[in-house]
Amino acid sequence: MTLLQTRGLTARYGDFQALFGVGITLEVGECVAIIGANGAGKTTLMRSISGVLANSPDQVVFDGQPIGALPADQVMARGIAMVPEGRRLFPSLTVEENLLIGAHGRKVAGPWTLEAIYGLFPILKERRRNPGTALSGGQQQMVAIGRALMSNPRVILRDELSLGLAPVVIRDIYAALPRIRDGGGSVIIVEQDIGQALKVADRVYCMMEGRVTLSGRPADLSRDAIHDAYFGALA
Amino acid sequence: MSLDTIVQGILLGGLYTLFAAGLSLVFGIMRLVNLAHGDLIVLAAYLVLTLVGMLGLNPFLAALIAAPLMFALGWGLQRLVLNRVLGPDILPPLLVTFGLSIVVQNGLLMGFTADSQRISAGALETASIDLGPVTLGIMPLLTFASAIAVILVLNWIFYRTALGRAFRATSDDPVTASLMGIRPKAIFAQATGLALVIVTIAALYLGMRANFDPTIGPARLIYAFEAVIIGGLGSLWGTLAGGIIIGVAQTLGAAVNPEWQILAGHVAFLAVLLVRPRGLFPRAYD
Amino acid sequence: MRPTVTTRTRASGIAAVVAVLLIAAGLALPAVADRGLIKDLFFILTMLTLAQYWNLLAGYGGLVSVGQQAFVGLGAYGLFGAAITWGMDPVLALPLGGILALIVAVPTAFFAFRLAGAYFAIGTWVVAEVVRLSVAQWKAVGGGTGTSLPREVQTDMTGSALIEALFDVRSAAAQDILAYWLALALAVMTIGGIYLLLRSKSGLALAAVRDNAEAARAVGVNAKRMKWLVFLAAAFGTGLTGALIYLQKGRISPDAAFSVTDWTAYVIFIVVIGGIGTIEGPILGILVFFVLQTLFADYGSTYLLALGLIGIFVMLFAPRGLWGAISDRTGVQFFPIRRRLTLPAKPPGT
Repeated sequence: MTLLQTRGLTARYGDFQALFGVGITLEVGECVAIIGANGAGKTTLMRSISGVLANSPDQVVFDGQPIGALPADQVMARGIAMVPEGRRLFPSLTVEENLLIGAHGRKVAGPWTLEAIYGLFPILKERRRNPGTALSGGQQQMVAIGRALMSNPRVILRDELSLGLAPVVIRDIYAALPRIRDGGGSVIIVEQDIGQALKVADRVYCMMEGRVTLSGRPADLSRDAIHDAYFGALA
Repeated sequence: MSLDTIVQGILLGGLYTLFAAGLSLVFGIMRLVNLAHGDLIVLAAYLVLTLVGMLGLNPFLAALIAAPLMFALGWGLQRLVLNRVLGPDILPPLLVTFGLSIVVQNGLLMGFTADSQRISAGALETASIDLGPVTLGIMPLLTFASAIAVILVLNWIFYRTALGRAFRATSDDPVTASLMGIRPKAIFAQATGLALVIVTIAALYLGMRANFDPTIGPARLIYAFEAVIIGGLGSLWGTLAGGIIIGVAQTLGAAVNPEWQILAGHVAFLAVLLVRPRGLFPRAYD
Repeated sequence: MRPTVTTRTRASGIAAVVAVLLIAAGLALPAVADRGLIKDLFFILTMLTLAQYWNLLAGYGGLVSVGQQAFVGLGAYGLFGAAITWGMDPVLALPLGGILALIVAVPTAFFAFRLAGAYFAIGTWVVAEVVRLSVAQWKAVGGGTGTSLPREVQTDMTGSALIEALFDVRSAAAQDILAYWLALALAVMTIGGIYLLLRSKSGLALAAVRDNAEAARAVGVNAKRMKWLVFLAAAFGTGLTGALIYLQKGRISPDAAFSVTDWTAYVIFIVVIGGIGTIEGPILGILVFFVLQTLFADYGSTYLLALGLIGIFVMLFAPRGLWGAISDRTGVQFFPIRRRLTLPAKPPGT
């Protein structure tokens, strides 16, 4: 059964419509990538799924249940965790506390414990007592991912991972992705770096101006098709 | 300017710290200043007084019973009224809590008349310890000790419990906090409830120490506010420092001329505001 | 032809005519009205003026002060001080009240602007308390218990003799009429002045600062200067009004002149019920308040409690007040401030 899907998802910010009937699916164990230029609606899509934005109930279906209208805390409790754009760690909490709070709303037994996360990102164990924001960008990204994992979620949404990070750091973080999938998580990543997305994803959706313009397996998508879907073909 | 005056001032600071701690807590978490804070202290004092009268209890036990009732009041107030007005606009919470202040004051006037009241504490009221150069009243000593205890407990809650983590996270970023499964509105209600428990402790000592009537709320708000500002927003120990500074300034002023007591406190506040607008121990980020 | 900016609407055109008629009627009123009505109108006009200044501060300037009673009291004490110490004619001493308030407003703003939001509000309250406690030490004007205007000064006020002759009334009634005319003049000048300010470039800058200080600064608006301007103007106006109020009362005390209930709570109620951030709002608000006051003030605490509850409910469910609700439904504005750009018509063929 499809684990997560959106059906005709629309979203607006006041008078501005950001999504025009977006439909994506995620199967158990998959890694799906959403690519697109700035303003394409990728983050709005993530915020809709995670419950930060409210939509009609049937527009987001998780495990067969309509969750479109649920607030973020209830969506999280059902097992969808978000690594937000910009990391958004809590400055008043230490690294360890940032990790611990990830499990605040959902305490489910699973492979991801504090020790397991430290095993995934050993540098964090050294810095566990530092304030969350006193770390480098890449380390903060690790904390943000670990924070999401602490709730042993069934779906992980990762928004704009590569923003502002050095390529070496990005590589290290993406190296952890297989372990996350082994732990039972299905992942949706939002990426501006098309090459990176094509390398790790099972399937790719390309968005432009609030619509899905292309979808398929990386192997099946030609460079030109992606280019047109990303930037928009000239009329 | 004797040692005794300063010591009395420090102990008085304990009372002001109790006034201020709840205000500091609520502002730290949700950036809300409740203009009815002082009136709620007076309300709690009347509640304790009523319980003492009705059940014939010792004031401390009465306060123990009053505390959960005040928690419920704070929780309900936040849920039903204050959560609706929280937002980027500062005007609605200000005006709503100002209206609440009027409502509480006049409700108390209607219920209890304008007569001065006092919570009788029996022998404790005058008991004291003689330490040579200074004589310490047991009541002020208890008040100060309670203030320290309250700050310790609050710090423990904030930095050693999951609830405290949730408080701090919600204060930093309510939206991301909700992504962690926290419901900011519920957190705010718990915070206000907790603040009113502290208010009850403050009311107990206020009522035992001096006469009170329905109109003295606003002055308590001002002392509480001054202590918080002097201490620096976001620092509970800073609030203690602020309370002590106000207390000492007041007793020193009173020693010169009894009519100058309150004015001296205000002057001290303005002086600190002049040189340290962000207070003595402000939080690094806001 | 260049593009033009207009603010006039049809409703405002009509309102302007009505306003002129009302003012003329108001001036002529003492010929037919009894003393009670004159006193009531005095109350309405002075409270309206106070409300307009508070609205300017909070509704347009974004500066919520709960300490304006300091300036009411300072204006009043300035007047009494000049009358008692120098034997000055109270009517001539009115501006001195405003000036005293203005002088104290400078250090007040200096301290208060170090605080923001709700803390600014309480800060103004602290200053008001400091002023009250300090003035209570001023023995020449009665210290803590207060004093009255000296008899000689009261009966001999400028214009008093003229009014006595004009309307064939005794000295006390003439003083009431005099005070009423002054209140009418003050109210008209205040409302007119505020309206002109809001229609001017400064008014636009003010609205910008209230909405988004950062963005306003980015387009060159001096936010700090605007805040000072508004605060000082409101202090002066409030002081002037306070002086007038106590000129009419003839008797003063610190607790009365610096009363939070009379000069802040009621004023805030008037503005909030009427509609904050509009000039029409306080006008509607004072009318509602006057009716409530006349009918229910005798009920003391119950009345105040009800006022507080009404205020809370209005802020929760109708934050733009009565006028806001009316204006939203009908789109009517008697004091229109919104600017409309009229572009010149394009010549045909372009």
